[in-house]
Amino acid sequence: MAQIEIKNVAKSFGAYQALHDINLTIEDQEFMVLLGASGCGKSTLLRIIAGLETATTGKVWIGGRRIDNLSPKDRGISMVFQNYAVFPHLTVFENIGFGLRMQKLPNDEVTRRVERTAGLMHIEQLLKRYSGELSGGQRQRVAVARALAMEPDVILMDEPLSNLDALLRMEMRAELKGVLAESKTTAIYVTHDQVEAMSMADRISVMHEGKIVQAASPIEVYRNPSAEFVAGFIGNPPMNFLPANPAESGKWQVAGQVIDGPGASAQLKFAIRPEDLRLADDGFKAVAKVIEPLGAHLLVTCEVDGQLFRAVLDSDFKVKPGEVLNLTPQPDRVRWFDPQTTLAVA
Amino acid sequence: MNARILPYVLILPVTLFLCLFFLYPFVLVSKQAFSTGAGFTLDNFREVVSYWKFPISMQNTLLLAAAVVPVQLALALLMATMVNRMQKGRDIVLYIWTIPLGISDLAAGIIWLAIFEQSGFLNSMMSGLGIVDQPVNFLSYTHPGIVFLAIALAEIWRATAIMLVILVAGIGLIPKEYCEAAEVFGASPWKRFTRITLPMLRPSLQTALVLRVILAFEIFAVVAALGGTLFPVLMGETYAYQFDLLNSGAAAAMALIILAISIGFTLVILRVLRVPKGATI
Amino acid sequence: MSDATADAVAPDTRATGRYLYIASVVFLCAWVIVPIYFLLINTLSSPETVNSFPKPFWPEFDLGSLTFFAGFAGMLTALKNSVIVAAMTMVMSILIGAPAGYALSRFEFPGKGLFRLLILLTRAFPLPLLALPLAVMFIQTGLDDTAFGLALVHTTLAIPFAVLITFSLFSGIPMELEEAAWTLGCTRLTAFTKVVLPLILPGITASAIFAFVISWNEVFAAAVLTIENRTLTAFLLQNLDTSPLHLKFAGGFILVVPALIFIFAVRKYLFAMWGIANR
Repeated sequence: MAQIEIKNVAKSFGAYQALHDINLTIEDQEFMVLLGASGCGKSTLLRIIAGLETATTGKVWIGGRRIDNLSPKDRGISMVFQNYAVFPHLTVFENIGFGLRMQKLPNDEVTRRVERTAGLMHIEQLLKRYSGELSGGQRQRVAVARALAMEPDVILMDEPLSNLDALLRMEMRAELKGVLAESKTTAIYVTHDQVEAMSMADRISVMHEGKIVQAASPIEVYRNPSAEFVAGFIGNPPMNFLPANPAESGKWQVAGQVIDGPGASAQLKFAIRPEDLRLADDGFKAVAKVIEPLGAHLLVTCEVDGQLFRAVLDSDFKVKPGEVLNLTPQPDRVRWFDPQTTLAVA
Repeated sequence: MNARILPYVLILPVTLFLCLFFLYPFVLVSKQAFSTGAGFTLDNFREVVSYWKFPISMQNTLLLAAAVVPVQLALALLMATMVNRMQKGRDIVLYIWTIPLGISDLAAGIIWLAIFEQSGFLNSMMSGLGIVDQPVNFLSYTHPGIVFLAIALAEIWRATAIMLVILVAGIGLIPKEYCEAAEVFGASPWKRFTRITLPMLRPSLQTALVLRVILAFEIFAVVAALGGTLFPVLMGETYAYQFDLLNSGAAAAMALIILAISIGFTLVILRVLRVPKGATI
Repeated sequence: MSDATADAVAPDTRATGRYLYIASVVFLCAWVIVPIYFLLINTLSSPETVNSFPKPFWPEFDLGSLTFFAGFAGMLTALKNSVIVAAMTMVMSILIGAPAGYALSRFEFPGKGLFRLLILLTRAFPLPLLALPLAVMFIQTGLDDTAFGLALVHTTLAIPFAVLITFSLFSGIPMELEEAAWTLGCTRLTAFTKVVLPLILPGITASAIFAFVISWNEVFAAAVLTIENRTLTAFLLQNLDTSPLHLKFAGGFILVVPALIFIFAVRKYLFAMWGIANR
């Protein structure tokens, strides 16, 4: 049982505040992804949980045990590093067995566990090699096997796939998800790749400037971003925004259209995902600027009311730059944000 | 152990050691130089500066540095660029060129003595070619120019290697793309060298020059082996004050003078070859 | 027409340039090797030949000079002293210098800049000069004319290099390797001994040899600080005026041999060491 509890964790490097008052609970056996651009503090948070970094303030529990004052080896965690950190002077076998040897386990137990995890990661045939003789993907597998062999309560992963090429990354993504689900370990996974996050996570914590902006299931984060930042960060291409002025109660004036919205006053921002736009007889007047046929669909970058606006349309649709399209949003997919607080408005 | 204290624990031995054997002796030598037993005085400096050998040893040291360092710099740059474009035999050539790095100044002096002494190899060669009938005693007061030349050659032979190593390492740090970009824009090999390689090499040039210039003012054993008393230099005079004249106050004053010259030149080199902030590789 | 001539000339000039290039490489190799070869001839010739004229250009393979060298009063003791002092310097400079190199490569701490300045400062000073006041200090503490006293001074010479070289070596070991070891159950100390040390050992050896040679070659401080227990360099320097040629050459040759071995042993690290030490 390894629930992770993070309470009021903050970290500053000199005058620079890397993390502001983080509160997060990760359930037992949950796969939690910390997602954000570089410098958002996601790696710092992971390293604080691992014990590689000391939080300026705050407390961390793993499985009900306070661990923020323990050294990494006593926390019941293991970690997979971005550059794999496979020890170059040891064979693959000794790499995977390194942690077990540190625990002074008997030889046959080490062998048993190394062979089991190596089998899990399909690297049985590499056990006698050194890291210099391995490809990037193989090193990756050794690093994961080494972490799994420890049979930890929590496994921490710091952008473990970012150094692999695209095809291998997709393959490893699926494999890693399967292996981790089977091992029933709680996992925290740091990445800047939203596709990775969406595909693997039970829950995603979107981080920005040292804060967790939203922590929710992937589909919730995608459909109902809690803040403008999440809406603009998740999704490729991200959400479109247009300024909205109040018309009558519950109605909003958006780029010449009147759209149903919340009953708030003042000003709002209208937001819609590019794939939630339909061609219609009436709608936003969008001047097509750039047409990108992407195979599965057609990405059209337009201008609506002088604002950048993207639409994902059927790939059979024919359009030339300069043409004017009529785009209408699917009503149930429209989201609203308060420009003052940047938060979502229901 | 606490990560905040650990680095200080780790640097403590070096710091203590350097305080005891570097800073403290430095204070001692200054004290010794500025006193003759009773209070502050410049007598030691007055004494060494007014000694008849001082101007000549100062002049010799500076002349030697002026003759040797530029040649070494040019030679080291040439060798470094040659090594850089070498494909076959790079390792063996580098090994040979860096051998003098490990050779002491005394040994270098002795090596060149084997060439320049009266029954040495230069005389043997010249008489073999019929240029001279009798072996010439090059290293005597009748040939001051040749004494100077022998010392300069020995210094160039010995100490170019250290510059070479620093420059080869420095060139290795410059990404090839810069030179390739310059080539695409139409720069000739010479232009690429002067406009790309040299400016980017500034940090290495700094290190190499500072190290070499300081060592050039410390020149001592090469001179002792080749020139003996024919060619007085500052460091040799310091040694003489300490041992032959048993005047440690004067020796300390000499030491401070050498120190002052070294620091002065270091500052000049650092200033001239400074790299603007943000213009590093 | 003009195109044709250009085509005809180009390979020709390129070939000339290539010969010139090879010739300069060979010349510069000869420039380094030939003087050492001359010393070798003198060392491997009988004392009579060494003092005769003209000189042969091939060694006689006569061990007369070397035997004379070995038999010369005090010479073997001096050789032994040189080895002892250099060995002490080697051990002390690594033991004292390497922790600081590690601290510089792994930690950000207030005062780091000042510490680096202190290290660089020592490199900008004519250090052997410090032997003068130390001579007085050593007499007061009974360290005068001992191998240990001289080794202390030589360690001062070698320490800046030891710190900077180990700094660059440690910087070459990714921090992640150590962190991985911590998460796998190592303490700071065991992570160092199980992961960092095995990886760094060849480099440490190279910098230890470097320290050895710094001490082995040092003349001035050795001459100032030893009287009875002369090192080889000090002994040769003291007897430069009076000793016969063959003794000088044999002594010089003995001085050169470790250099040849040294450069060979550390050649892989020489450039890596200086590359980062520049910064």
